[in-house]
Amino acid sequence: MAEVKRVKRTCELENKRINSLRELNDFKEEIREERVGNQKRAGVRITTAMGSCGIAVGAQEILEAISDELTTRGLEDISIHNTGCIGLCEQEPLVKIKIEDQPAVFYGNLTPELAREVVKNHIVDNQIIASC
Amino acid sequence: MRNCGHIDPENIKDYITRDGYQALGTVVTELKPIEVIEIIEQSGLRGRGGAGFPTGLKWKFTHQAAGKEKYVVANADEGEPGTSKDRLIMEGDPHSLLEAMAIAGYAIGANTGYIYIRGEYQLAIKRLKIAIAQAKEMGLLGENLFDSGFNFEIKIREGAGAYVCGEETALLKSIEGERGEPQVKPPYPTNEGLWGQPTLINNVETLANIAVIIREGAEWFNEIGTEGCPGTKVFTLSGDVENEGIIELPMGTPLRRIIEGFGGGMVDDKEFKVAQSGGSSGGCMPKELLDTPMDYDSLAEIGMTLGSGALLVMDETHCIVDIAKCLMQFFKHESCGKCVPCREGNKRLYNRLDKISKGEGELEDLERLRDLADTMSKTALCGLGQMAPTSIYTTLKYFKDEYLTHIEDNNCTTGSCRGLVDLEVQDKRGGKDYGNNN
Ligand SMILES: Cc1cc2nc3c(=O)[nH]c(=O)nc-3n(C[C@H](O)[C@H](O)[C@H](O)COP(=O)(O)O)c2cc1C
Repeated sequence: MAEVKRVKRTCELENKRINSLRELNDFKEEIREERVGNQKRAGVRITTAMGSCGIAVGAQEILEAISDELTTRGLEDISIHNTGCIGLCEQEPLVKIKIEDQPAVFYGNLTPELAREVVKNHIVDNQIIASC
Repeated sequence: MRNCGHIDPENIKDYITRDGYQALGTVVTELKPIEVIEIIEQSGLRGRGGAGFPTGLKWKFTHQAAGKEKYVVANADEGEPGTSKDRLIMEGDPHSLLEAMAIAGYAIGANTGYIYIRGEYQLAIKRLKIAIAQAKEMGLLGENLFDSGFNFEIKIREGAGAYVCGEETALLKSIEGERGEPQVKPPYPTNEGLWGQPTLINNVETLANIAVIIREGAEWFNEIGTEGCPGTKVFTLSGDVENEGIIELPMGTPLRRIIEGFGGGMVDDKEFKVAQSGGSSGGCMPKELLDTPMDYDSLAEIGMTLGSGALLVMDETHCIVDIAKCLMQFFKHESCGKCVPCREGNKRLYNRLDKISKGEGELEDLERLRDLADTMSKTALCGLGQMAPTSIYTTLKYFKDEYLTHIEDNNCTTGSCRGLVDLEVQDKRGGKDYGNNN
């Protein structure tokens, strides 16, 4: 099984022991606040589907291409999140781009080259690519 | 599947931000075990592993059973061909399974849970292990959860690929380290399961509903789906549809809507011929039944099954006799051989279908197929042998003409049965017909 690499992590909070519902709720709020802050700073959230269906058709390479493209363009603030399969196995590899105050956009059947274009067109130039 | 696609399955914090472990916290600090069971009973949740048995009732039986120790087992074997919903849940939202198992443990009085998972699911296994480690680190699994005095630990056991090991009694034997063969029921696992102790065994999808029912309430759950089958069902759609994949829909969604809506219709606009619902042991649904609501009761009424939610859609190019033969080949191979009706029955069903597919069939064969199917469904030891002939029953009912064409006209209109097709090789390059020349 291919190793799923983490590219970056925004959440720096340490896991801690939870002894009551109250502590769980407080911790939840802490994480939320921290994430809202991170999100605001970056303005963009990129999520790659990393289920076995995605990984089998190259999600790992997509992840690396996006990460590389972000680094090359100096967009270090933007983090890439992993998630599992969303059920659209036929469309893998799949990436979701969510820019603040805009609807989320899914890009399916990606190749590393297309993924780089998505970064350039959608994230840098704010132009949604209609079909790829 | 509410969290799938929204959370990072390898980060417990993502699950917590979506109200993860709230239900467990509430249950162990504020509710009595019997109150938890009542909520599940009122929700009307039915097992998603295939049979649709009321989950609350199963929990109650296990709660009431006396034993030295009790166990919770998650059936993650997912051996049914064409089904991968449990994989999606475990790869995408592993904590929802862990949280539910701990809740179940509290409700029935168990401190240990086992996840019996299909060995091929290496990514799911890896993510479950990460999830268990993170939950332990935070005290959400292990000792004294939420300072309530309740302990719960979860272990993973990998299956080795036998279909029959998804059957609950065979599965338990396999965990015990014995040969994975079904046992005579009763006693049911709720009374005598793992090592003879009361054991609750539920499917992954069933369990994935638990935490959200506790959080949102039984009434909320009741409002989704149909009266007899509340909630949602996760379908694995595959075959000749434009979009294959996995989709969660309210129970009772008509088949047509699933195929045309999510599936995007048939590939290349070919004609729909048949959909097998519920996996290999499921019924074959013809065009006339496209508007059937997909829930346990509506399907059972017409001799079909919802099973695991597998939907294999086939177009006009597939031959019914060939499909039935393929299925019997599967069962012939997967029968564990412990009981005669299944071991011999599947072989005989296969042989007769093979004979028909070669143009050697007689009308009498159809009677024999039905007789044998009756014997198997009445006398086989477990669901494997009892349900194996479902495709025979349903194809004989809805596609009898196609069997007759094979028998009476020695013809397979789709060209799938090789024994009935005259092949002619033509040389396209020179326009010559190889059959006529030297
Ligand atoms: C041959 C055979 C295979 C089965 N395979 C599975 C399986 O892979 N996964 C599953 O959850 N249930 C499977 N079942 C059903 C289980 O025996 C059992 O009914 C189920 O795990 C109960 O869980 P539920 O009440 O949550 O549905 C199988 C049954 C039979 C007869």
